[in-house]
Amino acid sequence: MKSIQEIEREIIDEFSIYDDWMDKYEYIIEIGKDLPLIDPSKKSDDKLIKGCQSRVWVDAEKKDGKMIFTADSDAIITKGIIGLLIRVLSHQTPEKVAKAELGFIKEIGLQEHLSPTRSNGLVSMIQQMKLAAIKQSTL
Amino acid sequence: MEKVAFNIEQIRSQFPTLARTVNGKALIYFDNGATSQKPQVVIDRINEYYTLENANIHRGVHTLSQEATTAYEEARISIQHYLGAQHAHEIIFTKGTTDSINLVAFSFGELLQKGDEIIISAMEHHSNIVPWQMLCERKECKLKFIPMSPKGELDLETYKELLSSKTKLVAVTHVSNALGTVNDVNSIISLAHNVGAKVLIDGAQSIQHMPINVQDLDCDFYTFSGHKLFGPTGVGVLYGKEVTLNSMPPYQGGGDMIKEVTLEKTTYNSLPHKFEAGTPHIAGGIALGTAFEYLNSLDMEALQQHEKELLDYATGQLQRIDGIQFYGEADYKVSVISFLIEGTHPYDVGTLLDKMGIAVRTGHHCTQPIMDFFKIPGTIRASFAFYNTKEEVDIFIYALQRAVRMLK
Repeated sequence: MKSIQEIEREIIDEFSIYDDWMDKYEYIIEIGKDLPLIDPSKKSDDKLIKGCQSRVWVDAEKKDGKMIFTADSDAIITKGIIGLLIRVLSHQTPEKVAKAELGFIKEIGLQEHLSPTRSNGLVSMIQQMKLAAIKQSTL
Repeated sequence: MEKVAFNIEQIRSQFPTLARTVNGKALIYFDNGATSQKPQVVIDRINEYYTLENANIHRGVHTLSQEATTAYEEARISIQHYLGAQHAHEIIFTKGTTDSINLVAFSFGELLQKGDEIIISAMEHHSNIVPWQMLCERKECKLKFIPMSPKGELDLETYKELLSSKTKLVAVTHVSNALGTVNDVNSIISLAHNVGAKVLIDGAQSIQHMPINVQDLDCDFYTFSGHKLFGPTGVGVLYGKEVTLNSMPPYQGGGDMIKEVTLEKTTYNSLPHKFEAGTPHIAGGIALGTAFEYLNSLDMEALQQHEKELLDYATGQLQRIDGIQFYGEADYKVSVISFLIEGTHPYDVGTLLDKMGIAVRTGHHCTQPIMDFFKIPGTIRASFAFYNTKEEVDIFIYALQRAVRMLK
């Protein structure tokens, strides 16, 4: 299994071929369509992160010592960014998830989506993913 | 300033922000409902104040303080004249609309008794809901709502039934920030006065679009924010009738609002200072006066006509987009268009428009009750100012179609 850093590097390389914003977002929308979706039965209020702009559901579980994340959002660009986060963090150990810095988001120019004022649920989602990992690592 | 004929290029050249690019594209600013851009004269006035005149006001015998006090008080007079208020001391400087409403909710609220009633409407901004909820909790008063039709117009028949001798205050927005509806405030005010209730008009979204005369309206309070009408952020106004303001206790204690202080007791200053505790936003107040002088120099009728043309043109062009649904289709609207496009999310549309240089607002616009009414999470809102153009609308429509193609 590739390390978090290796996957982040891969994503940065993939995005480096797009010099136009609209092409970049075309790609993010594609990723959004392939997001590993949360089981509909788990789309309950306790898994819901209510942003002012978009809503996000996220679920975390541990399988064979690795964290597995599934999620959904009502906005496709938010879904695309979640897709990238899951690609980086899923199938990693809880300890690694808890410590991940996720610098790739800034490198590919998407940090605006992680601004707390954007209020799209993504910042809280990353916190939830890390909290779930911390919980699992101490169990 | 002398009035000049309406010339869009000349007007645009007075707003430096409009000349910048965003994400490599010429900026198209359609988020005027959130805040407006500033003309060079307002920016220069702030700069001039801090460069040459900076001093505290109402308390110094030295030249700078007197000059700053004069400039600040002249701004108050400019605003008084623009609003058609009877007295300059009826113009209270505040931090903005929210602050003005909170001032009334606290101070006028002190005069209310258990069981008194306040009426607001179903299309208020959160800042004209929450202060009244807090007041009702504090004083055990009752909050009632004028309902809204699916077109986004207030139901004045039900309003008449809500009014009674228990009604002490009606607080209603002049123009809905989310829907663009212009409410019939003349009827709302006169009906309230028939039962002896006072009326607060939230003018945050109206004063930049139409002439306002508070004596013609006969409202008891009128509130607005400087930054939405081409002035600075952090400064706004509460207009109140002298007799009503005089009947109200002070809101905040501090410097400037006192006549005499001993350790045991304080006597309060007269209007407007009674409600202006502490050092105010001096530069902001002065520059807000400049914004009003700027507006006075323009041909208001021509501006209104231009905004109406933009609204009609943009509405017509948007109607041609498949799956579009408008929210707020009142007969009388300002240049605000709220909409959704089937199969797309406002956050996605707003993000893609931004990448094409276009600023719109997405989300619930601080009006969750309106969104609940329509059972939607939010809308995309394009709100125009007089410096926007049909050419910008054309680019916006093209960009919107491109975004929708990508998202569907």
